[in-house]
Amino acid sequence: MKLIRFLRQFLLLDILKGLSITLKHFFSKNFTLMYPWEKTPISPRFRGEHALRRYPNGEERCIACKLCEAVCPAQAITIEAEPRKDGSRRTTRYDIDMVKCIYCGLCEEACPVDAIVEGPNMEFAMENRADLVYSKAKLLDNGDKLEPTLAERLQKDAPFR
Amino acid sequence: MEFFEPYLALINQENIWSLFIIILQVLGVTAPLLVCVAYLTWAERKVIASMQLRKGPTHVGWAGLGQPIADAMKLLFKENAIPAGSSKVVYIIAPMMVMIPAVIAWAVIPFDEGMVVSDVNLGVMYLLATSALGVYGVLMAGWSSNSKYPFLGAVRTGAQMVSYEVSMGLTVLSVILMAGSMNLSEIVKAQETVWFMIPAFPMFIVFLISILAETNRAPFDLPEAEAELVAGYFTEYSSSSFALFFLGEYANMILMSAITVVLFMGGWLPPMDIAPFNWIPGFIWFFIKVAFILFIFLWARATFPRFRYDQLMRLGWKVFLPFTLFWLVLTAGAMHLFDLV
Repeated sequence: MKLIRFLRQFLLLDILKGLSITLKHFFSKNFTLMYPWEKTPISPRFRGEHALRRYPNGEERCIACKLCEAVCPAQAITIEAEPRKDGSRRTTRYDIDMVKCIYCGLCEEACPVDAIVEGPNMEFAMENRADLVYSKAKLLDNGDKLEPTLAERLQKDAPFR
Repeated sequence: MEFFEPYLALINQENIWSLFIIILQVLGVTAPLLVCVAYLTWAERKVIASMQLRKGPTHVGWAGLGQPIADAMKLLFKENAIPAGSSKVVYIIAPMMVMIPAVIAWAVIPFDEGMVVSDVNLGVMYLLATSALGVYGVLMAGWSSNSKYPFLGAVRTGAQMVSYEVSMGLTVLSVILMAGSMNLSEIVKAQETVWFMIPAFPMFIVFLISILAETNRAPFDLPEAEAELVAGYFTEYSSSSFALFFLGEYANMILMSAITVVLFMGGWLPPMDIAPFNWIPGFIWFFIKVAFILFIFLWARATFPRFRYDQLMRLGWKVFLPFTLFWLVLTAGAMHLFDLV
């Protein structure tokens, strides 16, 4: 056994094996994605930036049940609500502190009317923290911009819910 | 005035003309060498990236080809900081002492038949002498920085370069025995029938590993073992003096590859003296071979983890030294036995 070990070392067999592995990789395809220009496909379950959705008639979905606020483990959501003139119950304030948020997706799961959802967007870096406390207007705006994608995501994920 | 007279008499048209020619030759070797050094860093990043399934530099210019120039610019525009406790003169001279031997050694390297700055008879000795000079620059750098890491790095590097010089010298000696000359052009011409890497294949391998250790390249890059010594002997250096160390290291890599090509791979000779091969001019063959050896340098860096220091010393003194000595005796015996001398 000792002789075999000596020969392996002396004839550089293991060294050659190592070299052959790196050479094989040298000729195989690169793995790198040039990120800002190239992106990987995103799962429909991806939990990115939040959005508040509306019904097709323009009415906001959120009914101020505050289930998301209750379930939020990071306590990032703050909701204030009162009845509107037409008698329906709506939020007057819906803030998400994106710095506190841990992107667990529990708010989305808790929501009985699919109002609060997490979209596919992950590129929302800001220059100061105050900008990362999203107001209701900002969230509704996100929802308006992304509505077709959001609806598609929910539809794709629906069979597993 | 009398002292200068014999020298003044030398200034005539003929001598100035030959001086001009020599300066042209020196520039003709050095300028392409520096470009090669710059693009060797690019090639290194590309090759290693490719072996790790990455892309390497892609942004500066096409395929990142402007990267070395951008890097050089960045280095040169930085402040050259000299540590307060350092020995300033030695500190400034040290990087030059590393760079200069790596460049002057090119004087005797034959690129093609007759394409050599100075065709001296003791070319091999000159090469060994100049490559040994690089150690002084390293030791000076480590000592003059007056700091722990450079000092330890310099001690390590000094010991390493000296150790592997021994086995390198003995390897070269067996080549000299086979060629029967110390002139590098003669050595190349002696390989017309067969390259020395075939009869002396073990020596070729030993020489390859020795030049890796001699130029402090991975897997023998202990002088720069980041985890232990920050950057080794040039930790305190910055800006252009750091660039000089860098140039010196890479110029040394190219030089060592050129020496390997001349001693073992038949210099400018094509692999076979038949139609498609001997159409290509000799110096192009020379560059292809040098590039191949350089690729092995980079390949080894991408493949192997760093040696431990005692393993390095064991390999140099307990494996290579006896083995090269044995091979030297074997070569001499074979030459004598078959009357090849």
